[in-house]
This record gives sequence, structure tokens and C-alpha cells, in this order.
Amino acid sequence: MSGRVLVGVKRVIDYAVKIRVKPDNSGVVTDGVKHSMNPFCEIAVEEAVKLKEKKLIKEVVAVSCGPQQSQETIRTALAMGADRGIHVEVSGKDYETLGPLQVSKILAALAKKEDAQLIILGKQAIDDDCNQTGQMTAALLDWPQGTFASEVSMDGAQVKVVREIDGGLETIKINTPAVLTADLRLNTPRYATLPNIMKAKKKKIANVKPADLGVDLTSRLEVLRVDEPPQRQAGMKVETVEDLVEKLRDTGMV
Amino acid sequence: MFFVMTPSRRLLSLRRSLVHCRGVSVENTGRKAAVDRVLSAFRSICGEDGVSLGEAIREQHGKDESVHRCRPPDVVVFPHCVEEVSALAKICHDNNLPIIPFGTGTGLEGGVGAVKGGVCFSLRNMEQILDLHPEDFDVTVEPGVTRKALNSHLRDTGLWFPVDPGADASLCGMAATSASGTNAVRYGTMRENVMNLEVVLSDGTVIHTAGKGRRPRKTSAGYNLTNLFVGSEGTLGIITKTTLRLYGIPEAMVSAVCSFPSVQAAVDSTVQILQAGIPIARIEFLDDVMIDACNKFSSLSYPVAPTLFLEFHGSERSLEEQVTMAEEITQSNEGSDFQWARDTETRNRLWKARHDAWYAAQALRPGSKAYSTDVCVPLSRLPQIIVETKKDLLESRLTGPIAGHVGDGNFHCLMVVDPDDLDEQHRVHLFAERLARRALALDGTCTGEHGVGLGKRALLCEEVGPLAIQVMQGLKDSLDPKNLMNPGKILLNGGF
Repeated sequence: MSGRVLVGVKRVIDYAVKIRVKPDNSGVVTDGVKHSMNPFCEIAVEEAVKLKEKKLIKEVVAVSCGPQQSQETIRTALAMGADRGIHVEVSGKDYETLGPLQVSKILAALAKKEDAQLIILGKQAIDDDCNQTGQMTAALLDWPQGTFASEVSMDGAQVKVVREIDGGLETIKINTPAVLTADLRLNTPRYATLPNIMKAKKKKIANVKPADLGVDLTSRLEVLRVDEPPQRQAGMKVETVEDLVEKLRDTGMV
Repeated sequence: MFFVMTPSRRLLSLRRSLVHCRGVSVENTGRKAAVDRVLSAFRSICGEDGVSLGEAIREQHGKDESVHRCRPPDVVVFPHCVEEVSALAKICHDNNLPIIPFGTGTGLEGGVGAVKGGVCFSLRNMEQILDLHPEDFDVTVEPGVTRKALNSHLRDTGLWFPVDPGADASLCGMAATSASGTNAVRYGTMRENVMNLEVVLSDGTVIHTAGKGRRPRKTSAGYNLTNLFVGSEGTLGIITKTTLRLYGIPEAMVSAVCSFPSVQAAVDSTVQILQAGIPIARIEFLDDVMIDACNKFSSLSYPVAPTLFLEFHGSERSLEEQVTMAEEITQSNEGSDFQWARDTETRNRLWKARHDAWYAAQALRPGSKAYSTDVCVPLSRLPQIIVETKKDLLESRLTGPIAGHVGDGNFHCLMVVDPDDLDEQHRVHLFAERLARRALALDGTCTGEHGVGLGKRALLCEEVGPLAIQVMQGLKDSLDPKNLMNPGKILLNGGF
């Protein structure tokens, strides 16, 4: 086993930012808005680094698909303890339409190229909430998948994953190579500290184009329109219970 | 409070209070008319939804987290930028309306109460983080930015702003009250960490205390205006920007807990740890009453004895050194049950008692209100004052578990009071005054971190003396001749 883990890290609008829709309703405003690593990707990086610290795997490679700025996200992963990075350059129109299917094709190609033993991703991104990339990547590679992981442990050539599911927790054991997606309670990601940020500057980030990996970025989806949720209307006060029942009937709620 | 109400005195004071009432109500009518006059001007500056007369909104903005009752303003305005603040202030100035700046309302000394009514400037819409310079370790923020919001924004830069008063307070508000926190022993308080301020004065003038945009790490240029406004609690100007000193996020942290047979032993350990040059990040003291409350509240089983909670920051190697030395020191002071933890989850569990202290204290008597005292004395005087205070608590039949930042000589008695028992509240009030005077007698201060606000104005006079008060009053008169900036706070002026 190569002992190599690929971790996908996505650059998204920071969770604390108030999102605004563009005036032409074609998307959300991203210019000049703070971006950072998707929180679930942070958890994925942390898990990979923890596995390396326990000497269960040998190398953590952080991967991001996007424009030039995605390199900042990779640098953050390097500061958290990843060993090297791969920046898959996607910009302009291709980047606007980049979605889980294309990313999973890219990750699948990289996994083969890098002889990865594990791919760890966040369960979903906070901008699109798709929750598809991990599952699609596993399907393309025909690898087992441990999604919504809240606990991961290595057991020889197998991985034991405790998954968070609707009814509670499910424990599965899967063979490697495998794809895992990180859920919220998997771990608490470490902060990037100054000395580690300095060390990260010396780590390598390789540049790759999707075409080099034989991946076609054409999207099958077209975004027609983006709207804000409807503004909350003011409530109204009524004098009596009878009035209340009447109003509820009028608005068809009862 | 202590003289006898004879019939003639009663008549006199009744007459005086009638006149006062009439005077106040004339004042009230005059002020209400002024407010009505300026409302449309306010709206043209802040927009329709930037001005609120609603009762609920005004009440929200008339109290903080202290025991002082709500004193709502006449109107609340929500400016979006310093230009709006300045324009609003000018109108208030021209119409003699009091101005009360409001950040997050998390203060503990009644600083936001509009004792003379007026206009509350709620600054929460000014929430930009401007000018971050990671290479220079500084950042400038507006009043709507809270401490946690800033640290979340900074997390990928490897930097943080360590001053941690507990609440998620506005950073400009923290500057206004000269806030401190549990790690002041290592990182300092707001006084040491504010580099520059943008302030709007009572007449609308906008100044930069260290010069616009300036952020050298040190300066000898002119009077230290920055630190004049730090701690001024809104009585000299409205802080609309603060430039803060940032620090590197610690590489690693270790937390530890240790019990002691006596308060003296715990404090001696603190002093020795500091004297050994250990760069301890947090050193918190909980007395036996507090630990007992925490055990009950959080289902823990710490020995019921004076306890120290310690936190160390540094590289892996330096942590080992620090913890080993600290453990030796505690052992030499008969400390026992020294436990320590490195990973986040266990550290949080160890410190849970300290984190829940406020709630644990209140849970001792369900339905009670809590009030925190805040004295600070030189380290060497700490054992004496704590021992005397615990004796006073017993004699006064009061519940007051103690939690303190012993590294700074600062401790809080979390007084737990029945809100319907006026006699008990009176005893708490007297106890707090005795405690403050005890601290003053030991070369300390009546307020280490919370500020003077409404309740400690008389104590401030005792603390700094009449001559220094005169200088403070002179500064106040010079910057705010009409006494419009947060009247009734810090200084006993305006006949209030």
C-alpha cells in the first residue's frame, strides 16, 4: 500500500459572510468577498493529518480545483500538516459551471495517478450543499465508500467507519482503497499556526490541467436563476381567538 | 441611608424631591420636545429603519448584563458609518441631547443606561473588519465586530486577538471599558493592545488618536490620546474604529488543574510560577464554595478545596518544560491531584468547571440574580484579602463563591442574591463597598476589569483622590463641555 491519502479541499465563501445575490440573479456576489476552506474539508484535512501523526499513513496530498486563488486554500491545508499540494487549474466559465461530477472525475484520475490508498473529502460544500462528490468519486473508481464519517479507524488493509445516519450511528468496515467523507463530529480541526504557515511556504504545489488528466469539464447543468429567500413579512396581531381561527382559514393554513 | 428620618427631614426631603420631580419633568418635557424636533433629521441621515422609537428596542438598549435596572433612551439610532455618527452627534450637540454609545450590551457596570434619556447610538451596523496586516500583526475593526467574529476571520492567518472577557463583546466596546480577560497575565489587557482609535467627539468632530491609519508598534508622539479614550466608557467620545495588536495563535496548549489545602498555598504557587518566569497563559483560582457549586452543576468530582486552573501556551517542547516546572511548584506548596491534558476535548473537560462558574453559582440558589465584584490588588496581598473577604461573607450571611484571575491579583465574588429580598440586596451592596475599600487599603483598585459605570463612581473618588478626580473632570469638561457623552458614568458630575 502506498500509504498516500488524497484530501480534497474546496475554496468557498467564508461561512461568516452575509451572502448577497447579484442584481442580475445569475449567482451570488463573490468579488471582494472573504473566501476560506470549506469547513468540512478542514475536518477532512485534520483527519488525514491525524492518521499520518499516528503513522497509519505516510503522505497527505491536498487537492483543489479552481482558479489561482485556490492555491491559498491548498496552502492552508499544508499549514495544517499536509505534505504537498496539487492545484487543478479551472477558471472562467469552466469554474462557474464546475460541479461534483467534474470534480469527481478529476479526483478519480488523480487517485489512479498518485496511487492513493484513501481519498478523504468533506461530506458537502457549504456553497452548493451537494453532498455528491465523495459518492460519485467512489462510484467512478469502483471503490467502497464511508460517508458521513464521525469516527475513522484503520484496521490493517481495512477501514472501520462509524457513520452518522438518520436513525443514529452505523458502523461499517470497508476495504482500502476507499473514499471517506467527513461529517461534523469527526474531529476539531487545528488552527494554522505561524511557524506552520512559514513551513508551508516551502512545501510544493504542483499545477495540473484537467485536460492532462483526460477530464472533460462540460457541465450538464445550467443555472437559470438565483433568488434570495422571500423576505419575512411582518406578523399581525389579532384581538380574539375567533379572529385567529378566521385568519388561519383565510390564508388556507387550516 | 444611616441617618434618622425625622418628620421635618421627611417634609424637607419630600419637598426637595417634588421640586426635583418637577424639575426633572420640565427637563423631560424639554428633552422630549428636542427629540421630536430631531427625528426627521435623524431619519434623513440613517434612513427610516435606522431610527427606532419602539419600546422594546429602547429597553433592549437601556440595559446590559449588570444588576442595574433598565434606563431606556428616548430614541435609538443605527448609523452605518462614521460620517453618519458624526452627523448624528452634531445634531445631538446642537439640541443638547445626551449621547450613549452601545456595542453589544454585555457590560457589567450599567454603562449603557440612559440616566438622563437621550439618544442611544447602536453601532452594530458598522461591522467591517478593515485593514488587516498579518505581517505587521495589526488589524482595524468597527464597533459591530465582536471578539469571536474577529478571531474567526483571522483563523487562517495564524493570528488571533487574545483578550477574552468571556462575553462575545464588541471590540470597540472592550476598548471603551478597558476590558481584560483570563489570559491578561500573558497577553495584557485592552490598554496594552489598542494602537489607535477613531473617535467621534460630542460635537461631531472625528479624530484619530494616533493619527489616521497609523500603526507603528511603538510611539513617543505627543500625549497618549489613545489610552485616554481606552476605558473612558463612552464619556469622552464614541469609538468608531479600533486598531488592535494581534498575536500568533499558540502552537499548542496544555491545561492543568490542581487542588490546595489553603488559599495561601494556591496564591503562593501562583506567585512562584510567575517568579519562575513561566510564561503562563491563564491561571485561574476557584475557592471551595465555587468548586462545590461547579461539582453540583456539572456533575464533576473535584476535591472541594481551593483550586487552580492553569493553561500553558507554546511549542511542544516548551510546554513540557513549563508543565514540569509548574507541577513541581504546586507540589512544593502541598498541591494535590495535579491533572493535565493536551488534546482539545480533554482540556475542555478539565476546564469545564471554570467555564460554567457563572451558571454554577446561580444554580446554587435557583431563581436568584448574580452580581460580580471586581477588585484587584498586588499579588502579595491576595491571600489576605481573600481570607478576609470569605470571613466577611460568612458574617454577612451571603452566598458569594469566588473565581479569580490570580495571575493579575484580580478576583470576583459571584454574589448570588434573591431578587425579592431587599435586605439581602442591601447587605450585598454594603459587602461590595467593604470589599472595594479593603482592596483600596491594600494598594489595589475597586475595579480590575469591569469599569466604573454607574455603581463605582464614589469609590473612584476614594481610589484616585480628589486631585486626580479634578484632572479627570477637567479633561471631561474640555472634551464634552455640555456633558452630553454618556452622562452619569465614571464621574460624579452634573449633580447626578
